[in-house]
Amino acid sequence: MSTATYDDNAVPVDDEGFFTEPDRWTEAMAEQIACEAGIEELTERHWTVIRFMREQYAAKGTGPTVRVLGKTSGVTVKELYQLFPKGPAKTAAKIAGIPKPRGCI
Amino acid sequence: MDKRIVILGGGTAGTLTANRLQRTYGERECRITVVDQDDDHVYQPGLLFVPFGLAQPQHLVRSRPRQLHAAIDYKMAQIERVDLDARAVHLSGGIRLAYDVLVVATGAALLPEETEGLTGPGWGENVFTFYDLPGAVGLHGALEQFQGGRVVVNVADLPLKCPVAPLEFAFLADWYFQRRGIRDKVQLTYVTPLDAAFTKPVAAEALGGLLAEKGIELVTEFTLGQVDGTGGRLVSYDEREVPFDLAVVVPLHGGAAYVGRSQGLGDELGFIPVDPHSLQHPEHPDVFAIGDAAGLLASKAGSVAHFEGETLVHNIGRFLAGQPLDATFDGHTNCFVETGYHKALLIDFNYDTEPLPGHFPAAVGLPLLKESHANHLGKLAFEWLYWHSLLPGRELPGIGSAMPERGKNHVHA
Repeated sequence: MSTATYDDNAVPVDDEGFFTEPDRWTEAMAEQIACEAGIEELTERHWTVIRFMREQYAAKGTGPTVRVLGKTSGVTVKELYQLFPKGPAKTAAKIAGIPKPRGCI
Repeated sequence: MDKRIVILGGGTAGTLTANRLQRTYGERECRITVVDQDDDHVYQPGLLFVPFGLAQPQHLVRSRPRQLHAAIDYKMAQIERVDLDARAVHLSGGIRLAYDVLVVATGAALLPEETEGLTGPGWGENVFTFYDLPGAVGLHGALEQFQGGRVVVNVADLPLKCPVAPLEFAFLADWYFQRRGIRDKVQLTYVTPLDAAFTKPVAAEALGGLLAEKGIELVTEFTLGQVDGTGGRLVSYDEREVPFDLAVVVPLHGGAAYVGRSQGLGDELGFIPVDPHSLQHPEHPDVFAIGDAAGLLASKAGSVAHFEGETLVHNIGRFLAGQPLDATFDGHTNCFVETGYHKALLIDFNYDTEPLPGHFPAAVGLPLLKESHANHLGKLAFEWLYWHSLLPGRELPGIGSAMPERGKNHVHA
């Protein structure tokens, strides 16, 4: 387990950089995480997905997959890939400060 | 007690649940009704072998009601919807079935039409799936005609039934083309939405190593956005392309259509949310789900349905008796992975323990995550056990619901 520093706060993250304690996340950290993930600016559409990820994590204990995001977030899979080109579910989860979404096997 | 148990689905999970319930509680305690829409129970593990001529399609299908104990009522009908408040299922023809316990076992449906172009030009010509019987038969014909070029095996997205089957297809294709003497004229590519050959690190390394050994290219993190049959291209949502002459695609999966018409029953993909250990619906305690229909973070595989059956039948008894549920399912999954040349791997894991090397079911037994002829024989022997032991709801000797720990080597990837 390692730590990353966002908004002058050291937060615990896993080996791939996902938050392990989502309560430590603040909105102010998101821009910085996004920048590390290659997204220069978070638009309102990005925020729609980020907030949805956090809601889903709070309700279900895991972030949604891309398919579920496309069906339920109000953003299509095509647009999700435009917003988060390197894998929407994983990138949005990282920016939203939640653990890596667990997929089915 | 004379309770009514309605089981939706007469496949692996529904059939073994009905028979186990009948064995455990008998006619005096409950009346069991199984509903399905046709009379064809397909031995799904056999679909993998049909394209290569290693199984005959007609041998994989048997009558659904004939797999059920004689005291179980079988209704052949379409399921219109479930009315959770009224505790009733509405079937085609105006039939209404009231229940005290509902078991959803209607599996996963293939949704090829949800991927752009998949069922367009080329579908059934140079684009196939082997996940249903007509597709597997069509692919057999296409493989026989195939004289060389690019063969792509692709998983559109998760979840999918039998997550190892596409890998097995790639391994068997390598062997098939070797046998035909044209392997050097065929480029084989395995395309997956995962970031490795499989989900769990130790298994991903072993299975990814086998792909490399057999000269099968691996393309990862490819979520299928479009199939262009005419142009011979798979296109991902992030606009990467994989060319093909023959594409073998595992389509998107969802729950049965009636789930979407039954308010409060399923999730956004049509699967049934249930407690991962008790298999009970979180908001409707009289509803349980088993097998591929359940929205669990477990594999959609027949072995899971088998191991869940023990938990489910016990918990239904407790529920009907007004007692707290005490049987827990641990996510146990067990899969033979055919690798060609009369060999197979075996993997065995659960919610908490990933597929690891070692032996099954104890320190002496079948080798795990390692090719062997014994595993291949195990896979072939399973078909007899399926019809004569698993479906009738009998215990398989030496293989219990809980994942065995003995025999596993806890290594790190």
